[in-house]
Amino acid sequence: MSELALAGQELALAGQVVELVRRLGGASAQAEVTVSRAELALTRFANSAIHQNVAESAVEVRLRIHLDGRTVAASSTTVDPDGLRGLVERVLAAVRFAPRDPAWPGLAPPAPVAWSRWDAATAQAGPHDRAALVRAFVDAAEGLETAGYCRTAFRSVAFANSAGQAVQGHTAEAAMDGIARAGGVDGTARDCVERLADLDAAALGRRAAAKARAATDPVELPPGRYPVVLEPAAVTDLLENLAWYGFNGKRYAEGQSFAEPGVAQFDPAVTLVDDPFDAAGLPFDLEGTPTGALPLVDAGLTRGVVHDRRSAAAVGGESTGHAWEGASTVGPIPRNLRLVAAGATTASGPAGTAPATSGAAAGTAAGGGAVGPLAGAVADADTAALVSRMPRGLLISDLWYTRVLDPKSLVITGLTRNGVWLVEDGQVTRAVRDLRFTESYPRALGPGAVVEVGRRTARQPNRWDGARWEAPSLALASWNFTGGASG
Amino acid sequence: MSEFDAASAAVQAALDAGARYADARVMHRRYESMSARNGEIEALTQDESVGLGVRALVGASWGFHAVPELSDRAARDAGHRAARTAAASGLVPGPRVDLVAGTPATASWSSPCTVDPLGVSLATKGDLLVAATTTMADHGADLAEGLYQVWDTTKWFVSSEGHRIDQHIRECGGGISATSIGENETQRRSWPSYRGQYGTTGWELVDSLDLTAHAARVAEESRELLTAPLCPAGETDLILGGEQLALQIHESVGHAIELDRILGWEAAFAGTSWLDLAQLGSLQYGSELMNITIDPTIPGALGSFGYDDEGSPAVRRDAVRAGRWVGVLAGRDSAAVAGLDYGGSVRADGWARLPMVRMTNVGLEPGPHTLDEIIAATDEGVLMDINRSWSIDDKRLNFQFGCEIGWEIRNGRRGRMLRNPTYTGIGPRFWRSMDMLSSEIVPWGTPNCGKGQPGQIGHTGHPAAPARFRNVRVGVKA
Repeated sequence: MSELALAGQELALAGQVVELVRRLGGASAQAEVTVSRAELALTRFANSAIHQNVAESAVEVRLRIHLDGRTVAASSTTVDPDGLRGLVERVLAAVRFAPRDPAWPGLAPPAPVAWSRWDAATAQAGPHDRAALVRAFVDAAEGLETAGYCRTAFRSVAFANSAGQAVQGHTAEAAMDGIARAGGVDGTARDCVERLADLDAAALGRRAAAKARAATDPVELPPGRYPVVLEPAAVTDLLENLAWYGFNGKRYAEGQSFAEPGVAQFDPAVTLVDDPFDAAGLPFDLEGTPTGALPLVDAGLTRGVVHDRRSAAAVGGESTGHAWEGASTVGPIPRNLRLVAAGATTASGPAGTAPATSGAAAGTAAGGGAVGPLAGAVADADTAALVSRMPRGLLISDLWYTRVLDPKSLVITGLTRNGVWLVEDGQVTRAVRDLRFTESYPRALGPGAVVEVGRRTARQPNRWDGARWEAPSLALASWNFTGGASG
Repeated sequence: MSEFDAASAAVQAALDAGARYADARVMHRRYESMSARNGEIEALTQDESVGLGVRALVGASWGFHAVPELSDRAARDAGHRAARTAAASGLVPGPRVDLVAGTPATASWSSPCTVDPLGVSLATKGDLLVAATTTMADHGADLAEGLYQVWDTTKWFVSSEGHRIDQHIRECGGGISATSIGENETQRRSWPSYRGQYGTTGWELVDSLDLTAHAARVAEESRELLTAPLCPAGETDLILGGEQLALQIHESVGHAIELDRILGWEAAFAGTSWLDLAQLGSLQYGSELMNITIDPTIPGALGSFGYDDEGSPAVRRDAVRAGRWVGVLAGRDSAAVAGLDYGGSVRADGWARLPMVRMTNVGLEPGPHTLDEIIAATDEGVLMDINRSWSIDDKRLNFQFGCEIGWEIRNGRRGRMLRNPTYTGIGPRFWRSMDMLSSEIVPWGTPNCGKGQPGQIGHTGHPAAPARFRNVRVGVKA
C-alpha cells in the first residue's frame, strides 16, 4: 500500500495516542497529539542538468503532555503499536521530572474547522512529472545556463487532544524557483501553486532568461538613498521579516516587536492579511485551534499580532491559530501573509492608493519602457506601471541574506540579488550591480513612505512547504543602500 | 533485521533496479532541548527519529529516497524508488558522474563523551537554566533566556563498493542571553555566544561553560548598552573576539571553499563562490598569518566525525596556507568533476536528507600574539565581540556583521563601551588586512548552518582566536 493510500488513518492514530495517555497517565494528564504523513519531493537542477533529485515518505507523531503542572513535548517517527506506546511512556516518564511550567495555557476546546482542499494529482506526482517541468524551464532559457528546483508536497495531518478536539486536514502544493545566468548575472522566476498542472515552467524559464539578459553589463552606483520598485520576490522578504519579528505574538508580549495595535504605523496603502485558505493551507494549528483569514494591518492601521495559546495567555488574548513546532521558543508566526493589491476589496474597502488603472490599461507594456535586452527587466504589466511613474530610482527583483540588526526597530541588512536596474524618467536605462542595504522595514513602509502598491499579487514559495507569501510589486519613496558591490 | 541489513537491502534493490552505484544510511537520532525564560522553563522537547535514506546513481544521474521504516520491504522499496528517481533525472542529464577512489572501510567510531548528556537528569539541567535566567533577571535583564540542546545520533552506512561503517556521535551545548528593551531598540549580551557553544562531546562541555557565573555580568552589560554611545562610523583598525571571528571564517572562508558552490551546484539558492578553481594553489586569500585547516579529527569540536556520509575517513587538510588558497571542501563526485583526488566533507542532516558538501571544522591555526598584546599594540580602533547579525552576498565576498558589544581602543587600552557595532568589507581584502592573530584558539561550534533544498541544518566547527584587521569600515547603520 502506498503511503498516500494511508492518508486518512492519521486521525484514528491520534485518537489512539490520546487514549493511551489517559490509560497510562490517568485522567488528569492533558495530551495534545499531531500525526502527520507527508510525501515530499524536490527535483533540483544546476548547470542546466538535474543534479539532485530527492523524495521522502515521512511520518511523525508529536505528543505534548501536561501533568501535575509540568509539560514535555516529544516526537517519534515510529508509529507501530510498540512505538506509540514507547513514545507515551517516554513522555510520561520525563514529565514527572520536568521543571514546573506555570504558564501552561491549557488545551484548545472542541471546535469545528473548515474543510481543506487539495489536488490529488499534485500529491501523487512522480519524478518524471517534475523532470518534465525542469526540461521545459531549461529549454525556455534558450541556451542560457539555468538552475533551480521543482517540488511537490503533500501532507495529511490530524490533531486530537484530551479535551475532545479531533480534526484532520490535507494540503498539497507545487513550486518552482529558478534562475537563468548570462555573463555572470542572474535572472529569476518563481511560482507556488496548489496544482502541479498550473505550473507554467516554460513561462518561468522565459522570464528568468529575459531578466538575466537584461541584467548584463551592470554598472556600479554609489550607495545612498534611492526610491525603489520592489518586485514581488523582494517584497516577500519584507513580509517574512515583518511576520517573524513584528507580528509574532511572543515577541510582542516580550516587548521586542514594533507592533502597536490600534496605531497607524504603516502607510495607508498597506493592508496585510494572513490567510492560509488563500493557498489551501491547513485549517487548524498544532494546538488544534481553527485557522482563518486574519487582518494584521488595515489601510496602514496595525490591527494585531498572531498568537498561539501560550502567547495569547501572556497578553490576556485568544489564540489566533498560529501554533507550530517552534512556537514555544521562537513564537507564533503568520506564515501565509499577503500584501493586499491596490484596488482589492478588504474589510475596510478598497486597499491602496494607486491610480485606478491597471498597468496594462495605463498604456505601459511589460518592459518598463525599455527596448532591446533591457526590456526583459520588467516582466509584467503591473510592475511596468509602477516603473513608468518613477522619475528616478531602482527596480529590484530580489533581496538576499537579510539579517536583523535590531529586532524592535526591525533594522535589517541584506543585499539585492537576481537583477537591479536604474530607472530614469519612467524607463529602465541601465543594469546595476548588486548593492548592500541597511534599512528599518517598518520605517520603509511607514506613513507617507509608500508611493504605490501594485494591482496584481504573485504568490512566492517559502523555503519550506506549508508557508507562502503573496505580494504585488511595491514602489517605495526611499531605500537606504549602505554599500556597493565593491564594498 | 539489523540496521546494516536494512541498508544493505536498500543498496541491493537500487543495484537490481539499474544503479551502477548506491549507498544507504540508516540513522537513529535522539534530540533533547530545554529553554528557560526569566526563571521559568519555557519548553522541553524530546524527539526521536529513525529511518533510512538511499542514494542511487543511474547513468549520469542521482536519485534519493528516504523512508521512516527499516523493514526489508520498506528498504527494498526505497532502493528501487531511488533508482527510479535517478532514471527520471536522465530527462535533463548532465555530464557523466564519477566518484574519486575510496577505500571501502568496515569500521566503528564514537565521539568522545565523559558525561552522557541524556543521562543527566532533567531536574539538574532545568535547575541550571532556571538559576542562570533568574540571576540575569535579578540583574536587570528584561528578557533572560537560557538554552541547551543535545543530539545523540547513531548511523550505519553501507555502499555498493563495500563500505560498512557505524558511528555514534553525541553533540551538546548551551548558553544564556540577556536582553534589555529600550524605547526604540533592544540590546543583548550572551555567554559564551548567542544560543551557546556546542561540540561533539558530553555534558562536561556545558559544565565547563559555567553559565551561572556569567549571568549577572551579561545582564548588567545588556542594560548598560542601552545608554552606551553608538559605535562611530568610519574606517579604523578592528579587533575581533574569537567567537565573532569564527563566524567570519564560516561565512567568508568556509562557504566560499565548498566545491559544490564553486561548481555552480548551489547557484540558484545558497549561491556560488568568488573562487575560481584555476587559482587553487596560487590565489592569495589573506595575509601570511592566515592558516586555515579543514580538520574533522579535532576531538570534541562540533564538526568532527570518524567518517563522512560517503564513507570517507576523517582527514586533516589545508584550506589556506600562509594566506594562499590550497584546499576545498569536497565530496567524491564534486572532486571528480574538479579533477581533485579527495572528498571527505559530505554529510546529511538526518536519514531523510541527501548527503552534500558541508563544512567540517574549518578554522585558524594559532597566531603568535595574545588579545592583550593586540590591544596594547593598537593606537586607535574598535574591539567587537559576540555575533549579533550576519549577512554576505551569494558569491561570499561582500559581508556585513553586527556584534553585541564594542569597546573603543585608544593608545593601547580598552576604553568605553560602544553599542550597535557593525563592520563591513570584501572577503579577500579583509583577510589580507589581518596583521595580528592571537594564539588563544577555541573550537567554536555553529549548530545552525543552513544549506540545500530541501533545507538541511549542518553542525560545523571553527577554531578561532582574537585577531586585528587594518582599516575596516565600521559603524554602518540604517
